[in-house]
Amino acid sequence: MGQRTPLAKVRGLGSAKGGTDHFWMQRATAVANIALVGFLIWLLFTLAGADYATVKRTLGMPWVAIPLLLLVLSGTLHMRLGMQTIIEDYLHAEGPKVAALLLNSFFAILIGFTCAFAVLKLTFGG
Amino acid sequence: MAESKRAVKRPLSPHLGIYRPQINMVVSIVHRLTGAALYVGTILLAAWLIAAAMGEQAFATVSALFAHPLGRLVLVGYSWALIHHMLGGIRHLIWDTGRCLAPRAADALAWLTIIGSLGLTAALWAAGISLRGGL
Repeated sequence: MGQRTPLAKVRGLGSAKGGTDHFWMQRATAVANIALVGFLIWLLFTLAGADYATVKRTLGMPWVAIPLLLLVLSGTLHMRLGMQTIIEDYLHAEGPKVAALLLNSFFAILIGFTCAFAVLKLTFGG
Repeated sequence: MAESKRAVKRPLSPHLGIYRPQINMVVSIVHRLTGAALYVGTILLAAWLIAAAMGEQAFATVSALFAHPLGRLVLVGYSWALIHHMLGGIRHLIWDTGRCLAPRAADALAWLTIIGSLGLTAALWAAGISLRGGL
């Protein structure tokens, strides 16, 4: 405990409070993505060339919409962590690094919410 | 926060430029590249979903973009990147258990990733084309 700053002692947490969270989340979402991306490939395969009415009806079905929403969640979490690693590997100046990390989060959240909104609208939008 | 500015030019350990490419290293680099490509490519999925949610006209526009030869090329590339990254990821998950870390086993996994991704992508598109009678 002698090495810790007074503030860290007060908070009683580790240095970054992250621990193995990044590593573990990357693996957990990776495992989930195997099944969910497999589902996406199968879905796109069956919907290729289908007319609009079929696509709209299919995407709004619970057994399609739920895995799609899960994929959006797991996929955007996974890609955000992956891009974070790439940024931290190559961008060392503090300013550009923090800016890139922020943009990375914003992009992942934007994609996630856009996809989720679309799926929910197809499901509940009538 | 400490900023990483190198005051003295110290010798660095040898990096990519000096190594003969090894298959394991090639697949590792491709894994990162496909990951970055998939990251940007999520725009394609978002565009497709949001077009479907907006209506028939928007969906027709996006479908036409994907049906264009260039669009098709991007989709073929995207599907390969997805499958390659997935197989490369499974390789990492196997390593996480402590298995297949010996050089020969690791090289075999690298080759399986390359051959598997190319084979599965080709099979996927061949099946799609034969089912639909065209691209």
